[in-house]
Amino acid sequence: MFYREAGDFNTSYAEDQQTFPIKFDRYRYYVVLFIAIVIIPFVINDYWANSLLLPFLIYAIAALGLNILVGYCGQVSLGTGGFMAVGAYSCYKFMTGVDIWWGGELLFRLPEFNIFFSIIMGGVMTAIVGVLFGLPSLRIKGFYLAVATLAAQFFLVWLFNRVAWFYNYSASGQISAPERELFGVLITGPSTPAWATYLFCLFFTVVCAIVARNMTRGAAGRKWMAIRDMDIAAEIIGVNPLRAKLTAFAVSSFFIGISGALFFAVYLGAVEVGEAFSITKSFLVLFMIIIGGLGSIFGSFAGAAFLVVLPVALKIVGVDWFGWPTDIVAHLQLVVVGGLIVIFLIAEPHGIAQLWRVAKEKLRLWPFPH
Amino acid sequence: MKDIAESYVTTDGRTIGPVVMEMKNITLRFGGVEAIKDISFNIREGEIRAIIGPNGAGKSSMLNVISGFYVPQEGEVWYKGARRPAMKPFEVARQGIARTFQNIALFEGMSVLDNVMTGRLTHMKTGLFAQSLWKGKAEAEEIENREVAEKIIDFLEIQAIRKTPVARLPYGLKKRVELARALAAEPSILLLDEPMAGMNVEEKEDMSRFILDVNDEFGTTIALIEHDMGVVMDLSDRVVVMDYGKKIGDGTPDDVRNNQDVIDAYLGVAHD
Repeated sequence: MFYREAGDFNTSYAEDQQTFPIKFDRYRYYVVLFIAIVIIPFVINDYWANSLLLPFLIYAIAALGLNILVGYCGQVSLGTGGFMAVGAYSCYKFMTGVDIWWGGELLFRLPEFNIFFSIIMGGVMTAIVGVLFGLPSLRIKGFYLAVATLAAQFFLVWLFNRVAWFYNYSASGQISAPERELFGVLITGPSTPAWATYLFCLFFTVVCAIVARNMTRGAAGRKWMAIRDMDIAAEIIGVNPLRAKLTAFAVSSFFIGISGALFFAVYLGAVEVGEAFSITKSFLVLFMIIIGGLGSIFGSFAGAAFLVVLPVALKIVGVDWFGWPTDIVAHLQLVVVGGLIVIFLIAEPHGIAQLWRVAKEKLRLWPFPH
Repeated sequence: MKDIAESYVTTDGRTIGPVVMEMKNITLRFGGVEAIKDISFNIREGEIRAIIGPNGAGKSSMLNVISGFYVPQEGEVWYKGARRPAMKPFEVARQGIARTFQNIALFEGMSVLDNVMTGRLTHMKTGLFAQSLWKGKAEAEEIENREVAEKIIDFLEIQAIRKTPVARLPYGLKKRVELARALAAEPSILLLDEPMAGMNVEEKEDMSRFILDVNDEFGTTIALIEHDMGVVMDLSDRVVVMDYGKKIGDGTPDDVRNNQDVIDAYLGVAHD
């Protein structure tokens, strides 16, 4: 009734294989994009950008990346925080000009990269590091692999804390993003307009989502899913498990690196690695994809939205509407979010994405039961 | 014996080609257990070759040697006139050898269509970057391979369940989807490990028909393991009989049926 697909015929394989084969879905997607690109930039303010939209967009990229690895390829990773740190520190180094030293002498210094390319380089460097830490996945599986990726988390955080080169020998041990602009508009630094940072992040989120979708619906995605569902059968039909797993690690880390770079450069502006990219971050992103739905692009967005929006919504309801003390609301937040996660996992272990699929299934027939 | 490089015509009027795969003195050990003891046999192009034997005879191990899962301690595998070096299973698959499993090994989280499309992976070469853009090369390749996959789906009469997740299918259909996935690779040799295990008479008839059709229409060489003697004798051109890891018979169904060792292995023999 509300959700019709009657009369919606696909007459070619190209039409059948598009992202949204059903017209209604397709138009809804265009409407969402239109609102996000054309309307929101005009109504956005600093509060909404910093408390809601930027974290949502940035975490959505991280969730997309982790979902490719965990949801599509079945390789559990707890190194997300560490990989985000790689993205952030690489972005910082490329923004400020990478300096290569040898024997106490400066060999050469790369020119400062444009902020856009610095963030891309953050992704590229993270992809390389991700492949390195993905190598054990060829031998170990499941929980044991998760423990092995923990090594990445602790090692990388330790590395960025200890080696002063990464934070350009600053006294505080922090990295802070210098002011950079794109097309004459400030993107990083303390006095950026909200709409610019928002659009900058939105661009990366949309492109990452499209790329993720394109990869997962084609040959690469089938290889990953084959490895996830039954690695022996995957090998027998000609999938090279080494390459499939490492490409999953590379693509996943690339996304996570980009989100780490945006998180540092655009959202926070200054980070201290132990605080911003600790193990908590790894768990947060993992929870996002579990709650959102493993192996689903929409689920990555839904999970990121759930964990970003819910605390803010609770704060607005508690503090602004009911006038409760802030500290009580802060504690209440933890209780409610935790409780909801448990309820969610019991009611729908396959996440919000599955809930959405079931709802669509029901809406197709409504008001009739069959 | 007929020359290995020549074709011949059987008494049923079927033309059997030259030898495409030859196992020479294969011995496979697991620790102290010899699963396969010094077995040699060959597979000719276009034939249906059955491997039979009582439980634990080493039939599945033999299939695993052919598909590269096990590397035999002794012996050589010759494929298309060249000795095959020790290979990983995915490299064997790329040489044109596809197989199905005794207990179904489908990708449960994917739809029937996606499962069949995984069979096409050896034919898909687009790089990751082109795939991320989708439009252009990746899409063209996808559609090209989709057409082949759809042909197989039509052939095996599973059009109606194309978009159904595999986990929801009944056993008999899963077996058919697995055959479709193997066929989608357009293999030169198709290995079937008990394609009719656990099926009722009707399903067995369907499956037999599909196997014969595949052999007929695509000219695919088939090597299969099966316990149902009626099926084996009807379908196959030549039969290898194994018992306790040894080869005890090899020849046409009639030869094998009258072989005293084979009768002893199946019916038992008085030890005095």
